[in-house]
Amino acid sequence: MRSSTRPTRRAAARTLQTTAGAAAVVLALTACGGSDGGGSDGGGAAEDGPITLTVATFNDFGYSDELLAQYTEEHPDVTVELIDAASAADARTNLTTKLAAGGEGLADVEAIEVDWISELAQYPDLFTDMTDPELDGRWMDWKVEQATTPDGKLIGYGTDIGPEAICYRQDLFEEAGLPSEPDEVAELLGGEDATWEDYFAAGADFVKGSDTAWYDSGVATYQGLVNQVENAYEESDGTPKPLAENAEIKDLYDTIVEQHDAGLSAGLVQWGEDWASGFQNDAFATMLCPAWMTGSIESNSGGVTGWNIADVFPGGGGNWGGSFLTVPASGAHIEAAKELAAWLTAPEQQTAAFETSGNFPSQIEAQESEQVQSFVNEFMNDAPVGQIFSNRAQAIEGNPFKGPNYFAIHQTVQQGIERVETTDEDPGTSWEKTLTAFDDLGL
Amino acid sequence: MAALTTTQSAPTPDAPQRAPRRLGFSQALGRWDVKVSPYLYVSPFFVLFALTGLFPLAYTAVVSVYDWNLLGGQGTYVGMQNYADVLGQETFWKSLVNTLSIFLLSAVPQIVIAITLAALLDQNIRNATFWRMGVLVPYVVAPIAVSLIFGRLFADQYGLINDILGTFGLDQIGWHRDRFASHVAVAAMVNYRWTGYNALIFLAAMQAVPRDLYEAATIDGAGPWRQFFSVTVPQIRSTVIFVVLTASIGGLQIFDEARLFDAGGLGGADRQWMTTVLYLYDVAWGNQRDLGRAAAVAWVLFVLILLIGFGNFLLSRRIASSATRTPRVRRSVTRRLLAEARAAGNADTTASTTTVRRDS
Repeated sequence: MRSSTRPTRRAAARTLQTTAGAAAVVLALTACGGSDGGGSDGGGAAEDGPITLTVATFNDFGYSDELLAQYTEEHPDVTVELIDAASAADARTNLTTKLAAGGEGLADVEAIEVDWISELAQYPDLFTDMTDPELDGRWMDWKVEQATTPDGKLIGYGTDIGPEAICYRQDLFEEAGLPSEPDEVAELLGGEDATWEDYFAAGADFVKGSDTAWYDSGVATYQGLVNQVENAYEESDGTPKPLAENAEIKDLYDTIVEQHDAGLSAGLVQWGEDWASGFQNDAFATMLCPAWMTGSIESNSGGVTGWNIADVFPGGGGNWGGSFLTVPASGAHIEAAKELAAWLTAPEQQTAAFETSGNFPSQIEAQESEQVQSFVNEFMNDAPVGQIFSNRAQAIEGNPFKGPNYFAIHQTVQQGIERVETTDEDPGTSWEKTLTAFDDLGL
Repeated sequence: MAALTTTQSAPTPDAPQRAPRRLGFSQALGRWDVKVSPYLYVSPFFVLFALTGLFPLAYTAVVSVYDWNLLGGQGTYVGMQNYADVLGQETFWKSLVNTLSIFLLSAVPQIVIAITLAALLDQNIRNATFWRMGVLVPYVVAPIAVSLIFGRLFADQYGLINDILGTFGLDQIGWHRDRFASHVAVAAMVNYRWTGYNALIFLAAMQAVPRDLYEAATIDGAGPWRQFFSVTVPQIRSTVIFVVLTASIGGLQIFDEARLFDAGGLGGADRQWMTTVLYLYDVAWGNQRDLGRAAAVAWVLFVLILLIGFGNFLLSRRIASSATRTPRVRRSVTRRLLAEARAAGNADTTASTTTVRRDS
C-alpha cells in the first residue's frame, strides 16, 4: 500500500493547493483600486508626429468611417479609431472601471450619457476642463449646464439630445381600426396638450382590437414619465430623497404597473434578445421615441415596413438621453483629443451623424440648418424627422435635475418595474424589494 | 534566497588560512548546492504564487476592513462593518443559493457525462483522434460567443427551444422569468463549455490504466460494466478527485455565463440567476461602488470555496475508494491462511509474510 498511497497524497496536496490558488484568483478580482490619476502632459499632435486617437462611444453615435476619414484628411497626423459599446450601461461600467485603475486603457475621447454625467462630475480632476470661449453659444443652454460642474468646469462637449416623439406601427393601427396617418395619430393621442392618460386610453382601445401590445416595455415608458419630473430622486443640492417617502415616484410606479396589468405592455426588456425579436414579431405597436431610437428601430426591424412617427408626446415635451464627449485627464494626447471632440461636436459633423443614425444634434446651428430641417427618414415611411424632432425639442421645458445618485436610484426603480413585467412579481412585493435595494445603496 | 546571500559573505572573515578555506568553501558550496538549489528550482512557481495569489489575498483582506469607494479610493477604517453589511444584504444570500444551485446543476451532470464520454472514447473506435479532438471544440469557443448563441436558444418569447416546445404543443418555459429554469439555462452553458474538457482529462487517465488489468478482468469473466466500475473508476481515482475539485472551484465562480444571460447583466430583475461573483462585481463596479464590501464578499466566497472544496475532496475520495475495498476481504483470508501455515511451522512462512507486508 505504501507505494500506492504516496502519489495520491501528493495529488491531494496538489489539488488543495489548486483550491487555494484558484480561490485567490477570485480575490484578485477586487485587488485593484486607488486612483492616482495617472497623467502625462497633453502635447499637441504636431510635435508628436503621427498619432492615433481613440473615441469610445455606445449604441451608435453616427460617426461613420467616412466622417472619421475626413478628420484624418484635415489633420494628416491623426488617425481616429472608434470603439463602440453595445449599450450605455456597458460603456459606463467600462469607463468607471478604468478610471478606478488610474485611467489605464481609456480611450482619448470617452462618450458619456446625461444620466450618469453628474456622478462623474463628482471627480472633476479625472476629466479635462474643456471650457473654450470660442464654442460659446454652440449648444442649447441646458445641454451645457448638464456638463458643467458646480465649480464651473465644463467636462464634456454635447453631441446629441433625445427629444421624444411617439413611434408607431401604421399597419397595426389600421388592422386595429385606429386612425393611422401621423396627423391623425397625433390628434388621437391628444395633440398639442397630450397627456399620459390620453396615451394609455388610446392603448386600451388598441389592445381591444389587436393581439399586439401597446408599447414595448414598462421600464422604457417609465423613462418617459420620469424625465418630466423636475427633482425625481434628489433635491437640487444633490441630497437623495428617501425612496420610501417619494410619493411622486411611487405614483409613477403604480401607473406603469397598472398599465402592465391592463395588458398594454409587451413586458420586454429593452436591448434584450426578446425585445430585438419583438420588432419582427409585431410584439408592440408604439414606443417612446427619442430621436436616437429611430436608428435602433430601423436596425431591428428588417422587413417590417409599417413604422412611422407622430409629432406628439404625452405630458408636454421630454428629453431622453443625449450624450457628451469628454477627454479623460489621464490621456496621452489631451490637446489633440480636445480638438477632435470639438470637431466631432461641431454643427456640420453632428448633422452628418444625424443623417447616419438619427441622433438629433444639440447644436443650435445644426438644428436650424436646412439639412436637418428638411431631412426625412425613408425607413419611417418618409417621416420628416428633422422637423418633428425640432418641434419636440422646442416643447422641452426645464431641465430635470440629475445628481450624482440619479443613475443608481433610477436603476433600482427600473428593476422594480422589470420584476413585475418579466417575473410576474406582485407589484407590492416588488416595490418592497426596490426599497431594500435602495437601502443597500447605502446613500 | 536569504541562504544564497550568506553563501557569498561567509568566506571573507577568515581570509589568511588559504588552503583550508578553499577546501571548506568548495565543500560548503557543494553542501549549499544540495540544500538550496532544489528550492531555487521550484521557486518560480512560489514567487509567482506569492505575487498573484497571496498578495491579492492579503490585500483584499486589508481592503475589506476599509470604506473604499471605486472612484474615491480608500476611506476610513470600518472594521467588520463591510462583512456585516454584506451578510445583511438579502441579495447576497440569494446569490449564494443561486450559485449553489447552478453549481450542482452544472458539476454533477458535467462529471457524469464527461466520464461516460471518456469511457466511450477509450474504446477502439475509428478516427479516434477526430472524436477526441471533437469533444474539445466547445472549450475553444469563447464564453461570450457561447452566451450569444445560448441567449438565442433560451430567449423567453422567441427563443429556439421554446419554439420547438411550442411545435410539440408543450408550454413555453420562462428561461429568464423562472428562477430554476434560469439556473438550468446558465448551467447548460457551463456544461457545454467544460464537459469535453473534463472528458479529455478522464480519457488521459483511462489510457494510463494498465491494459493487462482489463485482460485479467476479461479472463475472470467481467463484462464491460463490471470492468468500468471495478477497474476503470478505481484506477482513475486521483483524476476523479482532481476534476471534482476543479469543477467545484469553477462552479462556485461562475460569472461570464450569468452576466451575459440577459442585456442587463445583473442576474435578472429579481436577481434570479445572480451568482456570488456577479454580486461581488455588482457591489464593486455597479451602483454601490463599494470595493470594501466587494472585498468582504471575496473573502466570504474564498472561505466558502475552501470549505466546499475540502468537503468534496473528502467525499470523492471516499466514493472513489469504496470500489477498492473488495481485495481487503481477500487479504484477511490470506492472513488467516498464513497464520495457519505459521502454526503448522512451514519453512516458507517468513518469505511469504514479507511479501504480504509489502502489499499492505
